[in-house]
Amino acid sequence: MKLAYWPGCVSRGFTTELHGSVELVAERLGIELVELDRANCCGAGVIAEHNQELADTLNARTFALAQQTGLAMLNICSTCQGAQSECQQRLDADSAYRTHINEALAGQGLEYVKGKDGFTNKNFLWLLVEDYGLDKLAEKVVRPLSELRVGPFYGCYVVRPKERLGYEDHPDRDIYLEQVIETLGGEAVDYDGARKCCGFPVITMNRETSLRQAGTHLGDGLDAGADCLVTPCPLCHLNLDMQQPEAAKVVNRDLDMPVLHLPQLVGLALGFEPKQLGMNRHVASTGKVEDRLTATPA
Amino acid sequence: MAEYTLKVRRYQPEAGEGPYWEEFNVELEPSLSVLDGLLQAKDRDDGSLSVRCSCRAAICGSCGMKINGQSGLGCKTQIGEAHEAANRRNGGGNPIVVEPMGNMPVIKDLITDMESTHWEKIRRITPWLLPHGDPPEREYIVEPESMIDITQSMACIQCGACVSSCLSMEADPEFVGPAALAKAYRFVGDPRDAETKERLHDLAEDPHGIYDCTHCFSCVDACPKGVAPMDQIMRLRRRAGQEGIGDPNSGHHHELAFVKIIEKKGTLDEAELPAESFAFGVKGKLMPSKRAIKELLGSVPTVLRAIKVRKVKARQFIPGLHHKLPGGAQDDVKAIYAHAQAHREEFNIYIKGEEGTEPEPDEKEAA
Repeated sequence: MKLAYWPGCVSRGFTTELHGSVELVAERLGIELVELDRANCCGAGVIAEHNQELADTLNARTFALAQQTGLAMLNICSTCQGAQSECQQRLDADSAYRTHINEALAGQGLEYVKGKDGFTNKNFLWLLVEDYGLDKLAEKVVRPLSELRVGPFYGCYVVRPKERLGYEDHPDRDIYLEQVIETLGGEAVDYDGARKCCGFPVITMNRETSLRQAGTHLGDGLDAGADCLVTPCPLCHLNLDMQQPEAAKVVNRDLDMPVLHLPQLVGLALGFEPKQLGMNRHVASTGKVEDRLTATPA
Repeated sequence: MAEYTLKVRRYQPEAGEGPYWEEFNVELEPSLSVLDGLLQAKDRDDGSLSVRCSCRAAICGSCGMKINGQSGLGCKTQIGEAHEAANRRNGGGNPIVVEPMGNMPVIKDLITDMESTHWEKIRRITPWLLPHGDPPEREYIVEPESMIDITQSMACIQCGACVSSCLSMEADPEFVGPAALAKAYRFVGDPRDAETKERLHDLAEDPHGIYDCTHCFSCVDACPKGVAPMDQIMRLRRRAGQEGIGDPNSGHHHELAFVKIIEKKGTLDEAELPAESFAFGVKGKLMPSKRAIKELLGSVPTVLRAIKVRKVKARQFIPGLHHKLPGGAQDDVKAIYAHAQAHREEFNIYIKGEEGTEPEPDEKEAA
């Protein structure tokens, strides 16, 4: 399997442990990544809020760069998935609008073509379940996470709006994390916050609302008995992990909840050591997770 | 006919006890609604089971409720589909979970008090036209095209499903909320209204106004009429931004900072974003506002902790060291900015529809 890989901004900024883990895990799974190093930020919904056409053109450029490789596109961020899917829906909706957007790309020798070679843009979670396959993933597991109780945390932009995110064809996309956790041998914990908002989009505008959201979900996860949360979204990770001590103050309770990036959780089951996956570089200690790992079979 | 189990969250204040769960077994066609199931339970098992309903055809907006955690209308949710949704995991055998709407006090069983979190907020946005000058002798004449933009927000039936689902309101009950803000756009976008600018100032300058939305799309999925309240909130932000309206939440500056950084660097420089959002421009950096100083100082412990565990490197906070796009790619991004800033086209799928798909009957009417 070979993919055009868009790592996004945050995985090369404040969550480099995510970028590193994806590379290790992809290689172990036999997935070859061709990085789209010329591609630009998805706009995270903020650019669309300013100027919708600008967001649509920036993402059309990224799709066109991916289409040049002739490969399906992989992203590793729920927010990229949401922002890019939103733009792609508008681009695919109308040929006149698409022509207008492509005018801006023509000078760069680029064109976004609807459905070219069956073009898809999927995040790592969707790719694992729909294209790589859970059976094949199960075969690669060398260290089942049998002692680990994991709370899924999706990030809004891979669960809503359903009509835009392909739920008609893939109705179970909002239970994939549970399926992956169980495939890796872990126990998926049900708790109230799994599909709620981490609060990150308003951390600048309304810090208290934002941190209350993060703190509440972390607390609900703890109360449900989760040893850690896992998320496919690095922006959720920023609010749930990097801001965790601040969130704890807002909800007025101890949290100490490890939060793993999805590729880190997969990586542990594939036999990588926590340090290789950058788990020592989290703000909330991942010690609780490490204590529950069984020894790697030779 | 098929059998279903409805697990209903019940509450009768006159009993003096807290809420409790009760299961009802019902028997009906899978294509009938969850509301039909509840009415059957009320008819056959317990006449005291309380639910508000009237038209049973997704027009009156009375039967807002949560079904398997999802806010919507009881009459618009097929019971067969609700059963399937409840049984995707844990080997099946799960009941359909029915609860009163969220973010609202419960009066009895599935009936909520919509006054404080819905109607009061609707009234707060001045939900009537504010034209200037003497009224015309007869009706106001407007071009039909100029009204298309607001048909989507006009489709609201005031059911409160979006309010029930709102994740910002869950954390900040003072948030004006999706229903009221969608209604606000209905007037901001109306060519007959003469106080658009005042409305935008009001909604942007309220710390619980348009910049308090957490962009979670919950209201978009909850709305039974395709209003997409969050999209209307983003339209309000766009309009307020174009008017250059500042706000105490730094929402507008955050947006401008984000847009500027991508034009300059192609990818997001996370260290620069808060600095630019709070202390905007050269003057703001030389003379930062009280809030800018407070917010930037407030973020220091977070930054130091992240540096301490080597999550981020101190060099990431030095301006100018953010990685750049290779070989001319940044110029390509700038060219896109020039093109898009010149046109600012807005494409609304709700109005224009998607290629190769037939419009829904009620969308045809709206257009």
